[in-house]
Amino acid sequence: MANVNDYVIEVRDLVVKYGERTVLDGINFRVPRGQTFVILGGSGCGKSTLLRNIVGLMRPHSGRIFINGQDFTAMNDRGRIAVRKKMGVCFQGSALFNSMTVGDNVALPLREHTKLEESTIEIMTKIKLELVGLGGFEDFMPAELSGGMKKRAGLARAMAMDPEIICYDEPSAGLDPIVAAGLDALIRKMQHTFNLTSIVVTHEMSSVELIADTVCMLKDGRIVEMGDMGRLRASSHPFVQQFLDRRPDEEGEGGSEYLRSLTGGD
Amino acid sequence: MALDIDKRETDSSWMVKAKGDVDLYTSPALRGVILKLLAKGDKALGVDLSEVLYMDSSGVATLVEGLKVANNAKTGFFLTAPSESVMKVLQLARLDAVFEIRNSV
Ligand SMILES: Nc1ncnc2c1ncn2[C@@H]1O[C@H](COP(=O)(O)OP(=O)(O)O)[C@@H](O)[C@H]1O
Ligand SMILES: [Mg+2]
Repeated sequence: MANVNDYVIEVRDLVVKYGERTVLDGINFRVPRGQTFVILGGSGCGKSTLLRNIVGLMRPHSGRIFINGQDFTAMNDRGRIAVRKKMGVCFQGSALFNSMTVGDNVALPLREHTKLEESTIEIMTKIKLELVGLGGFEDFMPAELSGGMKKRAGLARAMAMDPEIICYDEPSAGLDPIVAAGLDALIRKMQHTFNLTSIVVTHEMSSVELIADTVCMLKDGRIVEMGDMGRLRASSHPFVQQFLDRRPDEEGEGGSEYLRSLTGGD
Repeated sequence: MALDIDKRETDSSWMVKAKGDVDLYTSPALRGVILKLLAKGDKALGVDLSEVLYMDSSGVATLVEGLKVANNAKTGFFLTAPSESVMKVLQLARLDAVFEIRNSV
């Protein structure tokens, strides 16, 4: 078992609100170094919000988040920036800057946050692109890449600063199954090679089987089950079983999601 | 986070020994030493990695740059005794075959 110091991320009694509305309520978990922690749940259950709190883009209503044993939530802005340099984030979509080449996208964090020479940055950029299977694409514009390639480029950028922690928000959303499986394999490779601690938000069961050490199942802002896949399969919680079987939601969550996609709002 | 860099001269080469972590913050110093010695252009340059515990991609990039400068100047450039973790980083970037790697100093 990992010792206490080897929990890279620890979330304690986390409560997050948007205005008066509580979207995460009493979240507790910790992630040992080098493991992949998957956050699973239906649309709107608070997965992205949890990720935003872990990477420090949001401050919680209450509760604490420890990164390498340090209370991230209590730090001033300078401390938070230092911690965030240790974290790479792959946002939903790829969030590449369309006006910049792929190489400049990857180099951006290095140019902004380090004093490395341009010649060093250029070589690092090529290494990162090679790593994600995009060797030689540095002069392409994002618009010239396929969906899967954009995600890979986003991953190369998230890896630019050689992070200890990497967070992915729905990495395989919108990709066809073969491309998605390729991306899952890449996530796994990154984790193994760099002993990266990874947090992956997803609602794709096929990904979970491949990449997860621990799965945390969220529903309405609470954890309903947590453990390895064996534990999830053995869960008596009806929501977990429904999710694993991929039965359509009786309450018509799919319908409300469809409505949201048509109207663009909540 | 600290990196110590020693250099010493042998009959055939300059040896640069890095001790500690080669990362985003320390690799510019290593780069400086390597490029300065290569600029003399008189001897081959070896980088002793036996006491490097951690090396990130800025360290790898620094070594690649050193190799490139040495090749252009037709000077030898080699690495010695990389630790297992450093070897893994080189392999991943598919650079283990690009460098001349010697087992002992
Ligand atoms: N910036 C925001 N302001 C207000 N409500 C938000 C905001 N972002 C998300 N929400 C709401 O919080 C809930 C959780 O959202 P989110 O974390 O994006 O869920 P998921 O990623 O699981 O789909 C949803 O009901 C969503 O509408
Ligand atoms: Mg989301």
